[in-house]
Amino acid sequence: MERRKRNSYPWIGFVLCLIGVTSYFFLFYRWPITRDVPWANFLILAAGAGFLISGLRRAFARSQEFKGKIAGPILGAISLVAIGFFCFLIFYATKQLPKSAGAPKVGDKAPEFTLTDTNNKEVSLASLFAMPLPGTQKQPKGVFLVFYRGYW
Amino acid sequence: MRTVAISVDTPEESRELCKKAGYTFLFLSDPGAKAIRAYDLLHAGQGVNGNDVARPAEFLVDSNGVIRWVNLTEDFRVRARAEQFLAQARQLK
Repeated sequence: MERRKRNSYPWIGFVLCLIGVTSYFFLFYRWPITRDVPWANFLILAAGAGFLISGLRRAFARSQEFKGKIAGPILGAISLVAIGFFCFLIFYATKQLPKSAGAPKVGDKAPEFTLTDTNNKEVSLASLFAMPLPGTQKQPKGVFLVFYRGYW
Repeated sequence: MRTVAISVDTPEESRELCKKAGYTFLFLSDPGAKAIRAYDLLHAGQGVNGNDVARPAEFLVDSNGVIRWVNLTEDFRVRARAEQFLAQARQLK
């Protein structure tokens, strides 16, 4: 009985696909340049898909020479699910936002509010203009309000 | 120019975040989403325990209390960048 060679491509492709998906969450989300359009992840996923495809071709078209007829399709299927999940998140899930039709528009008066700061002190929008900037006597020319999701 | 961050986080959570990340600008807590509702930014049930959070949004308010710039993102991964803020701030003079 002839010995067939190990077929490492499906495994390399599988690992690349897993890295391609997970690296967004532990690495690439940190910088706007890799977060807004996750090109780095897509590159890794494309490389992974390339390895998987050539690994599967080896396993099936040259099956006397290479192993991988069982592992290849399984790894390929898991990778496909991972890529699908990632695309679902990037192209659909994170775009599901409320319309915010009533949000103030340019030229509108900014709605007043009073909230608590990290020292449990009450701070109103008006007081944000009245308070001098730290380390100066000057009042700010403008205030940037940045609403964010928080530690949800 | 003054920068203020607003979320549903408690003052303690925001204090922790400032300490960890080294942020020096103001963080305001809106656990009841009062201001978030007033600006129509509530994203209901999207918090980790199904609590309400704010959708990301940025506003520039001038010293007359008038909105001068609005950025409502269409994807919560995509936020306003510092360059955009600075460009808008320069126009306020």
